[in-house]
Amino acid sequence: MPDSLPTDSVGLVSPQTLHFGTPIELACGQSLESYDLVVETYGTLNADASNAVLICHALSGHHHAAGYHSLDDKKPGWWDSCIGPGKPIDTNRFFVVCLNNLGGCHGSSGPSSINPATGKLYGPDFPVITVADWVKSQARLADRLGIKQWAAVVGGSLGGMQALQWSLDYPDRIRHAVIVASTPRLTAQNIAFNEVARQAITSDTEFHEGRYDDANTLPRRGLMLARMVGHITYLSDAAMGEKFGRELREEAFKFGYDAEFQVESYLRYQGERFSETFDANTYLLMTRALDYFDPAYEFGGDLSKALEPAQCEYLVLSFSTDWRFSPARSEEMVNAMISARKKVSYAEIDAPWGHDAFLIPTPRYTNAFTAYMDRVAREVGA
Amino acid sequence: MRADLEIIQQWVQPGHHVLDLGCGDGTLLHYLQQERNATGFGLEINPDHITTCMGKGVSVIEQNLDTQGLENFDDGMFDIVLMTQALQAVRRPDKVIDDMLRVGREGIVTFPNFAHWRLRWGLTLSGRMPESDALPYKWYNTPNIRLCTFKDFEALCRQKGIKIKSRRVVDGQHQNSWLARAWPNLLGEIAIYRITRENT
Repeated sequence: MPDSLPTDSVGLVSPQTLHFGTPIELACGQSLESYDLVVETYGTLNADASNAVLICHALSGHHHAAGYHSLDDKKPGWWDSCIGPGKPIDTNRFFVVCLNNLGGCHGSSGPSSINPATGKLYGPDFPVITVADWVKSQARLADRLGIKQWAAVVGGSLGGMQALQWSLDYPDRIRHAVIVASTPRLTAQNIAFNEVARQAITSDTEFHEGRYDDANTLPRRGLMLARMVGHITYLSDAAMGEKFGRELREEAFKFGYDAEFQVESYLRYQGERFSETFDANTYLLMTRALDYFDPAYEFGGDLSKALEPAQCEYLVLSFSTDWRFSPARSEEMVNAMISARKKVSYAEIDAPWGHDAFLIPTPRYTNAFTAYMDRVAREVGA
Repeated sequence: MRADLEIIQQWVQPGHHVLDLGCGDGTLLHYLQQERNATGFGLEINPDHITTCMGKGVSVIEQNLDTQGLENFDDGMFDIVLMTQALQAVRRPDKVIDDMLRVGREGIVTFPNFAHWRLRWGLTLSGRMPESDALPYKWYNTPNIRLCTFKDFEALCRQKGIKIKSRRVVDGQHQNSWLARAWPNLLGEIAIYRITRENT
């Protein structure tokens, strides 16, 4: 716990729950009659509401992107490195909005929340949500907050997909899309990893077809394995090597199958901790949203055609050792933007941490991000 | 504004779609956006330059001409493709020129003249690789790996059937001088070429 909060922190923050009573139609054909979104905001919305920035979270993220909920918190929000006074997304200038997406498990309507129609948990009956559904719900959130146009929609990984989708679905409501460590569609390999994660969960005997709550249990083992395999894809070979190498927990081999290497115990620990705090049905839902995302699909795979309606400017950033969503995937997106004659800037940041690099401040990443957002701020008079 | 950029901007028409190869800190593109309402991209590999461009609102793509070429750009998508003081630093200038005139209707190329009298003189007298204000490096650390003379460049254009629309030869400060006009390959330090494959 910090004795006092760092000066470049947004400080103590508290989430709020917003209720939406108008039904929302989803891509799957179902609709939600009503839903809640949990939201955090940092900074102040200016008089003409031109300085709003939407932060979209990734697979296991949520609304708590920056600052602390209490002085007892060990860690700040998940993107505290980039959001705060004087940080790339400068809360002295921007009004920053971050929400827990529909289907999440941190307070917004999702499998682990109560279905108002039945008075019971949704569980596996919660509809499968797509990136476009999220964007639709975020647009309603913008309406509620009095934001006609975002100065920028910003996201890493799955969050970057939402930023891209925003630029296509609401072209006049977004000035800039910042897409970090993302991809315009998952590769077969990406989907394969997601499938292993889902199989780990659904094959857990405690899963009970997703109704584990009724059975008063949790598919901890499955969720742990899902997180372990996911975690491997977030790190680079070099980053893992640097962190653990072949280090053993004890001095010699034990000629057994317990966790003997440090990397094994690390993965087990991460997986176990995750399985206590994250909902298995939400994990299934999030990975499916990833799999389905492919805005070019309706256009015969031609992303530049899909991009035609977009009016915003794009910043695309990738990381050299990211093999989950490699620089080549970002370049694919950038090239489609060039072909579609959109305004786009692109940089491949040299960073050793693999996919996770988007959460870790490095000088070049921070400088480029700051320079771009500074210019966005000037443009909207913030 | 740098004098060569001053000359180049006169050739860019309002609304032109421009590609700047090796755009540096984006000075020229920024100027063209503001004053000519031009659109387009700069390609750059220097991280600090890329950051500066982003801060200025110049669309910049991190892309290495040597390894990636221009294959991600469609044929004829630009009105003008610029390359200022970078031709001598790429591995295959001939291929870059081909690519420039594939993606753009017109190319503008500037480069230092290796046949300038001071370089000739330096090599003749000292027997060492010449250095100058335009080429301030040692032979072993110079980024300028494909130095050529005006005559060399023009021969390459002839060989490729590329038309030189105009040529401005200037001194190191990008000033016009009648001497450089009279004996360009001997007295001109930097040339600014407008090239095209179109018969206009």
